[in-house]
Amino acid sequence: MDIRRIDAAEITAAVKSLFMDMNYNIGSDILKALESAKDNETSETGRSVLSQLIENHKIASSEEVPICQDTGMAVLFVEYGDHVVIENGSFEDAVREGVRHAYIDGYLRKSVVTDPVFDRVNTKDNTPAVIYTEIVKGDKIKILAGCKGFGSENMSAIKMLTPSAGIEGVKKFIMDTVLYAGPNPCPPIVVGIGIGGTFEKAAMLAKKATLRPIDTHNPDERYAALEDELLEAINRTGFGPAGLGGSTTAIGVNIETFPTHIAGMPVAVNICCHAARHKETEI
Amino acid sequence: MSIKKITLPLTDEIIRELHAGDSVLISGSVITGRDAAHKRLYELIEKGEPLPVDINGEVIYYVGPAPAKPGHAVGPAGPTSSYRMDKYAPALLDRGLKGMIGKGARNAEVVASMVKNGAVYFAAIGGAAALISRSIKSSEILAYEDLGTEAIYRFQVEDFPAVVAIDSSGNSVLVTEPVKSVLHGH
Repeated sequence: MDIRRIDAAEITAAVKSLFMDMNYNIGSDILKALESAKDNETSETGRSVLSQLIENHKIASSEEVPICQDTGMAVLFVEYGDHVVIENGSFEDAVREGVRHAYIDGYLRKSVVTDPVFDRVNTKDNTPAVIYTEIVKGDKIKILAGCKGFGSENMSAIKMLTPSAGIEGVKKFIMDTVLYAGPNPCPPIVVGIGIGGTFEKAAMLAKKATLRPIDTHNPDERYAALEDELLEAINRTGFGPAGLGGSTTAIGVNIETFPTHIAGMPVAVNICCHAARHKETEI
Repeated sequence: MSIKKITLPLTDEIIRELHAGDSVLISGSVITGRDAAHKRLYELIEKGEPLPVDINGEVIYYVGPAPAKPGHAVGPAGPTSSYRMDKYAPALLDRGLKGMIGKGARNAEVVASMVKNGAVYFAAIGGAAALISRSIKSSEILAYEDLGTEAIYRFQVEDFPAVVAIDSSGNSVLVTEPVKSVLHGH
């Protein structure tokens, strides 16, 4: 395979387009889930909230304005082909420029502050982004990106379970996290779950799980069944749309896993609001 | 579903007639404020210094709007999570704040202060920001311009959709505890 040269400007343009697109246009998986939830929701208030969310998506898309004022922190999962060379800049700078242009030119809210504890000064362009890069074979760059709002991010949790906790321990921790979140994370929620790996790997898997379309299942049928079981259980909690009561508290549960250590069974639960915004592209 | 139309300011008479679960359309003038502005207001109150905005009789909307596109009065502007303001809300209620608009639960101290001061907490729909912004007719900065989206703005709203989440008697329509045993064995 020949070396492929990609101009940094091409990456910047692709990243800019991803973040503008995801902020204006919700995925068809989410829209379908909201439509179906509206038809099945038992609460009148719940149905009204779901109708307004669907209407909100139509307005955002037609007017090209953000679905939610919290246009999130930019997160990118990158598969970087080992035959790619970036010209006229570095990959990270190109991504930063793409995020900056999307948030400034696209009228997206700048929500990132510099130092987390002491300064908390807005960076004014929503950078830096959080970038996870994996080197793969090939001459392409694949980017899976999301913009993560913090109303739901703040309701997320991780726990280092140990093997004896078993499947029941896994379920209990996930449900405890969802119950603690209650009406706060803008239900109906999408729940991303990472199980296995190390402390940080589980959290990354959970984030990646929130970026998977909710009309898909984990390829392992045992985890697929667990996704369905948890979705049903969460919808029996009664928090409902906007936390005002009802039978739709979640519209998706996605689980991602990774091998882990003989002594451990980390579980991370990344909660996402109903506006689970993500897009992907290949350069 | 019947919807009550209310016009601000929130008088004690209006407040008495608002009950948890009521769907409302709010018109009039509200101020905005979220984490950073609340922290500043709270610190001034603690020091006994005057506030840059008179909050007596006001309704505060917990929001950090997105930038307005040309031709729009305001960018998408849905509610942010209210619990982050719980630490500060009782001090503002003691200073005469009559209403709060946000999303999600409030703690017991806030509810007690609402009952004591005769105030209301409205829930707007989290994530319905583009829809909600259509009911915001104008926006001007009142204080803390350096905070950008977190500055204190004055919004003129017309038929702003919300639900009375917690009324002045402390009744709540928010579901904060699961209603059923959700998993076998737990």
